[in-house]
Amino acid sequence: MVQNAQNLSSAPNPANGNGKSVVIDCNITELYYGKFKAVRDTRIPIERNRITAFIGPSGCGKSTVLRCLNRMNDLVRGFRFEGHVHFQGADIYHPSIDPVAVRRYIGMVFQQPNPFAMSIYRNVAFGLKLNGYKGDREERVKRALCAAALWDEVKDKLHTSALSLSGGQQQRLCIARAIATEPEVLLMDEPCSALDPIATRRIEELMLELKESYTIAIVTHNLQQAQRVADKTGFLYVDTTQGGRTGYLVEFGLTKQLFEDPKEKHTQDYIHGRFS
Amino acid sequence: MTDIVTSVPVPSNKIDSDIVIDSGELEKSLRRPRTAFNYIMSSLTTLVTIIALIPLFSVVLMLVVRGGQRLSLGLFTQLPPAAFEHGGGFGNAIVGTLVMVGVAALISVPFGILSATYLAEVAPYSRLSNVVRMCGKILTGFPSILAGVFAYGSVVLVTGGFSAIAGGIALSILMLPTVILTAEEAIHMVPAKIREAALGMGATQMQTVWMVLLPTAFPGILTGVMLAVARAAGETAPLLFTALFSNYWLISGGRLDLMQPTSSLAVLIYNFSAMPFQNQIELAWAAALILVLVVLTVNLIGQSLSRK
Amino acid sequence: MQKIVPANIRDIQDGPRKSISRPPTFIEKHCNSVFGWATYFFAWLTVLLVLYIVCIIAIQAAPAIRDYGLGFITGTTWDANTHQYGVLPEIWGTMYSSLLALVIGSLFGVAVAVFLSEHFLSSFVFSIEKLFGVQFHSFWGKLPDKFEQILKNLIELLAAIPSVVYGLWGIFFVIPLIRPVCDWLNTNLGWIPIFNTTLSGPGMLPASIVLAIMILPTVSAISLNALLAVPPKLREASYGLGATRWETILAILIPTASKGIFGSIILAFGRALGETMALAMLVGNANVISWSLFSPANTLAALLANNFPEAGPKEVGVLMFAALILLAITLFVNMIGAFILQKASTPNEGAR
Ligand SMILES: Nc1ncnc2c1ncn2[C@@H]1O[C@H](COP(=O)(O)OP(=O)(O)OP(=O)(O)O)[C@@H](O)[C@H]1O
Ligand SMILES: [Mg+2]
Repeated sequence: MVQNAQNLSSAPNPANGNGKSVVIDCNITELYYGKFKAVRDTRIPIERNRITAFIGPSGCGKSTVLRCLNRMNDLVRGFRFEGHVHFQGADIYHPSIDPVAVRRYIGMVFQQPNPFAMSIYRNVAFGLKLNGYKGDREERVKRALCAAALWDEVKDKLHTSALSLSGGQQQRLCIARAIATEPEVLLMDEPCSALDPIATRRIEELMLELKESYTIAIVTHNLQQAQRVADKTGFLYVDTTQGGRTGYLVEFGLTKQLFEDPKEKHTQDYIHGRFS
Repeated sequence: MTDIVTSVPVPSNKIDSDIVIDSGELEKSLRRPRTAFNYIMSSLTTLVTIIALIPLFSVVLMLVVRGGQRLSLGLFTQLPPAAFEHGGGFGNAIVGTLVMVGVAALISVPFGILSATYLAEVAPYSRLSNVVRMCGKILTGFPSILAGVFAYGSVVLVTGGFSAIAGGIALSILMLPTVILTAEEAIHMVPAKIREAALGMGATQMQTVWMVLLPTAFPGILTGVMLAVARAAGETAPLLFTALFSNYWLISGGRLDLMQPTSSLAVLIYNFSAMPFQNQIELAWAAALILVLVVLTVNLIGQSLSRK
Repeated sequence: MQKIVPANIRDIQDGPRKSISRPPTFIEKHCNSVFGWATYFFAWLTVLLVLYIVCIIAIQAAPAIRDYGLGFITGTTWDANTHQYGVLPEIWGTMYSSLLALVIGSLFGVAVAVFLSEHFLSSFVFSIEKLFGVQFHSFWGKLPDKFEQILKNLIELLAAIPSVVYGLWGIFFVIPLIRPVCDWLNTNLGWIPIFNTTLSGPGMLPASIVLAIMILPTVSAISLNALLAVPPKLREASYGLGATRWETILAILIPTASKGIFGSIILAFGRALGETMALAMLVGNANVISWSLFSPANTLAALLANNFPEAGPKEVGVLMFAALILLAITLFVNMIGAFILQKASTPNEGAR
């Protein structure tokens, strides 16, 4: 058990020639919420220092797939899945793996800003405290807030309640909180859906900055956003032929190629705004 | 009113039809039984509500008038008087109430919060949780005197005497359901997204509860504890034959001694109210005033916390 | 795209990147599982506590149950010297006082609930303000709702006053207040069974009145919730058909909320059965079975309160038996009340 947990933190596998090693290899054959089959046949490799975007119509299971990657779905009653998710070569759904440990290496930013009801500083320092960080916490907090482009706005009120921030600021705070511990991978579920265009721009800027040092997977409804930031994009669609509403991966590839020359008809229809 | 009449196509005085509306039909009139009934019922309800408030004002008024006249600092420092004595106070009863409520809170608050955590966070849907919730409801409607009977059977008979501990245990049984049910509610009210945020960062369940859920739910939990404390402070029946009563301080050999009969404000009011001496009756009123002040203050603080 | 991120971030970011993520330590893991077990343990403890309470009382009552059996319930004397024990008068007194209090308390409680749920007070204040034309003023405009909130809190405060204080108030306020009325009723209408004794101080009526006041907040709070839960569309439908306010209340609101109101009344009944102090102080503690409202009586709870402190070992067992009977009655009533309320809160087909 300890062996495996250490695997998670071990140095990355030597990168292959062009520096693109797969950090998370996600292969979902079937995924159920209770009796409801939510996702099937989705295989997405997430590469180091790249931004991978998931797009698709609402309810197709983008959040579900993303939440599989750090075992957030374990918290849902009746969740069950077949397939595997490998993180740096280790199967994170192996019985000996502690989901809590997985979540410390794979951080998550949620669709809705969800700061804790404590001060801004304590929000960002939360992960440091969790991981028992002994070094200079203030330095880390400052660095995370700078990276999330929030430092200038809050540096004078670090000890006021995080709930007093605006929605956009809260979302950036949540990003700062997630990157304060510098996890290997950052999962972002529609991080800009609650933000205005300017804040959205900032977050996009930020993602491009962050990808130098992190690996990012992002769910978005905004096709332009995917085009602007993502290196690779996966398109999920809902299959209603078998009675239920089951999502599956239609196409996955380089963003440029997926948008300019989609291979599948569903993808074409979706990115050109045609709905059947 | 007349608009309607003129809008009828045929002049109303010509045709004797049901459709035609006499302008008087639409006017307000108390002579119509329905309207009169409506009026009478509204007045009655208002009257009944006012009558329902009379006891509250009457109790407060009597407390202020009859209890207020004996109010002095000596009440807090002196011991209860013997039968024909003058003066005196109930300092020991105040201490006794505080100590016993404290003991009760020490038992019921950690107990209640831990079980509430189980109900709200660890296994909300398990069968055990449903049974615990049912037990909470049973305890809520549990007659307070039976808490005393239980403490008598399980503590007084075992330790061989009346004591503050027995009183505290009896009170804790009455506080427990309030703490459990309000704490569960408060933890449950913490938005799911905040819980997810903590778990998503790799917090263990205990860290989530301890660092995020309980601090966020704190005002709600405190409200429950306050309400429970207010109730316990005013309870008499469970103390009658667990803590009994005493005319002395809760001290033996110079130290606080929780294993001896203990007085409390509530029992003092009960005992003195039945005595044929003016002095004792006045003291009972003064004690009632102080008790109500304490109980209402704690109650109001608790309520204001939950409204924020 | 214009760079919005400040330049100095680069400098900070450029430092060697080092993740501080680590798996949960041994201690964290073990604290977590200990914590999980602790909550599990205390959850069980709650259940065990209830069972333990019942067991303690039942075990201590066992000798008395063996000695007296059912005769205990039908016996009418209580004499520690001759070891004759029976609680029929207490059961009678408990039921009689509780039912009496229930009739008064629930009438008032439901009326108060209607008063609050129909916003009588706020619309009254509003219409007064309208006379002065200040109903939308920034301060006066808030007043109607504030008044109603205050009224609601006042009713809740009724429940916060300790029962021993009500007892004291009953002795020195209620009894002197009702005595002339009772005497008049007794002399003029003494042939009616409920008036056929004089009120010599404590008695059934003052006790029931105080008890009614104590259960009023229970009835009104739960009934209020039930009334507020009636969908507004039903009310509108009734007004739309031309019903008056009270026709709507009596024909639509109260029937729709009837389960909740009924449940509140049953729960209040449970409260009344177990209430101790007000009765111990006001009911007179006499082993009498009488229809008269003015006669002193006794209740199970008051019997326990009065006899326990000085009871010998033998009497303790008998009192435990009485406690067991009280426990059984209140448990039964409370279960029914909780069951009805549960039914009332789960939406049925018609309400959809
Ligand atoms: N906790 C859950 N329990 C049961 N079903 C769920 C749960 N979460 C999601 N689902 C179902 O799984 C399907 C996929 O949901 P998911 O949230 O992944 O969609 P999505 O692609 O993220 O949609 P959106 O773009 O609207 O966020 C939906 O049909 C949804 O009803
Ligand atoms: Mg989603």
